[in-house]
Amino acid sequence: MSPQAVLTQLRNSKLLSGRSAVIGVPYVWLLVFFLLPFLIVLKISVSEMETVHFKDLLTYKDGLLQLTLKFSNYEFIAEDPLYFKVYLASLKYAAATTLFCLLIGYPFSYFMARAKPSIQPALLMMVMLPFWTSFLLRVYAWKGLLGENGWVANLLEWLHVDHLLLALGVIPALGKFMNSPFSLVLGMTYTYLPFMILPLYANLAKMDLRLLEAAADLGATPWTAFWKVTVPLSKAGIIAGSMLVFIPCVGEFVIPELLGGPETLMIGRVLWDEFFSNNDWPMASSVAVVMILLIIVPLAIFNKYQAEAQEARS
Amino acid sequence: MKVFSSRTLKRCAVGVCAALSFAAHAQEENVLNVYNWSDYIAEDTLKNFEKETGIKVRYDNFDNNEIVHAKLVAGKTGYDIVVPSSYWAKIQADGGLLMKLDKSKIPNLKNLDPDFQAALAKLDPGNQFMVNWLWGYTTVGINVDKVKAALGNMPMPENAWDLVFKPEYVSKLKSCGVSFLDSATEVVPAALHYLGKPAYSKNVSDYAQVPALLKSVRPSVTLFSSSGYINDLANGSICVSLGWSGDINIARQRAIDGKTGQNIQALLPKTGGVVFMDVMVIPADAPHPNNAHKFINYILRPEVHASLTNKVFYANPNKESKKFVKPEVASNPTVFVSEAEMKKMAMPDSINNDIRRQMTRIYTSFKTGL
Repeated sequence: MSPQAVLTQLRNSKLLSGRSAVIGVPYVWLLVFFLLPFLIVLKISVSEMETVHFKDLLTYKDGLLQLTLKFSNYEFIAEDPLYFKVYLASLKYAAATTLFCLLIGYPFSYFMARAKPSIQPALLMMVMLPFWTSFLLRVYAWKGLLGENGWVANLLEWLHVDHLLLALGVIPALGKFMNSPFSLVLGMTYTYLPFMILPLYANLAKMDLRLLEAAADLGATPWTAFWKVTVPLSKAGIIAGSMLVFIPCVGEFVIPELLGGPETLMIGRVLWDEFFSNNDWPMASSVAVVMILLIIVPLAIFNKYQAEAQEARS
Repeated sequence: MKVFSSRTLKRCAVGVCAALSFAAHAQEENVLNVYNWSDYIAEDTLKNFEKETGIKVRYDNFDNNEIVHAKLVAGKTGYDIVVPSSYWAKIQADGGLLMKLDKSKIPNLKNLDPDFQAALAKLDPGNQFMVNWLWGYTTVGINVDKVKAALGNMPMPENAWDLVFKPEYVSKLKSCGVSFLDSATEVVPAALHYLGKPAYSKNVSDYAQVPALLKSVRPSVTLFSSSGYINDLANGSICVSLGWSGDINIARQRAIDGKTGQNIQALLPKTGGVVFMDVMVIPADAPHPNNAHKFINYILRPEVHASLTNKVFYANPNKESKKFVKPEVASNPTVFVSEAEMKKMAMPDSINNDIRRQMTRIYTSFKTGL
């Protein structure tokens, strides 16, 4: 074959075409930064730990190749109700945070998307601006704001919001807001709100406004048009925003440590305990694997269902 | 060690690399990375060491043994000196994570009290890995006036541990604030000791009564803290804490210096406290072991060791340092504990992974109710 021919063949082969190289980037990324680490974690979760080292899974001795897998960690997770309860608690706090982010974020992004185009970049900037301050500092600030004689705490007390919160059982006593489920969800909502607003804004901004005019022509009130046209069209944004908030919230460690109370135990802290207090890396890895499966499997099913519904429609 | 320049690399190619790298090793970079407990050093300790040796010290803090241990297990910490408690250092030494000390480089070891070295040798046979930084004990600290007011006509208990472990007392103290150390390996041994069992018992059945004891006082605990409680004691926002002896004395000093009007006192329980010895160790992969030895030798100078005690109110094992300790510190019976009191104390002992899991689980139930 002439060199020319080899070159043409290479150019035509899918492997080297520019298109597949570009598409391949995310796959390589996922492989290197998600699948491989996950497999390492999986490996540690079934290995045994002597005081400070792991035993090898594969041992070769006297001509005998042995594979030792230790599944007792997974059994232990099923036996001790702690893990299940903490997992449920994490889901609960993450769900509450997602709900509040949606309740605040939707009107927020709706307003932004319908504002004058000239001020939209400024509004967007204001959503992003808090990111310029360290995340840790922003969370820490709430300790002062909600602590004794913090001005937010005083304001809430003056408005008698604490009576309502106490009735809901989310603060320990009147006038005490810190280290409670309330301060935890408040902190997470505050931190993750931009992750809800940005995808919603992107979605709402490109909506075709003529659809609303058409709805009005057909006799829909603005209220009906909002629920029948705007909300269904922004479903993709709602889902994207909710996932961006919900998934990191489930495993959140820093915010519960700084703002949560003794009873707001979340899965992140349990992982910390397994790693640090128990020095049991295999157990910690098992908890992590179970957590990933418990989050990813329902999401995958949901995604599949979504895709099927989409296909059925078109 | 600095990254080799390209010229160095070329020379390596002609075969003198081994000699060069040896020379580079003998002349360590003038840096020392230290990882120590928070509130555990005097203002001038590092400054004087840097001035004298020209070695730049990077100083990081932690407030629990667990995090130090996890870092050492993961390896390549970059630290040259870490200061864990002795019963943790034992696990690390057994696991090969620590470097044996070169005693010829630490002539000041002669200043150490032989009795103390013998006590430390129970966990570190031959004193091969650990040199004590300071030592203290877990005990009960109170705000004298607030506790008396909260107890009303109830007299102070005979055994100070009752203040944090007996519901009759601690439920009354809830109104003025009760803090516990936030770590399983501090609270559970203290509870075991209170129950009359060995503080670091390896007998699983000894732990049976601990959850019920802790559960009975849980409603009264208002704060879990291992470092912030010093200021809370000093400014009066808590009135009793299960804490470390020196920390409580630091709180006392801060209250006096800040004129907060709070009278803070560390107590010596009738049944004794739970002793801890925080030891300087060198990680096996420390990048600057020579500087680390120099640092240990520097700390063991009588006047330096005394200045630590003067600042943080923890006793030191340095028998030559006594004359440099301020009289008000030397006379404080809760710093340098008398021999009679010392006999009652629970001494550090080794623990294993199963016991740690047991302690963590009990502590998690205690703290969160799960």
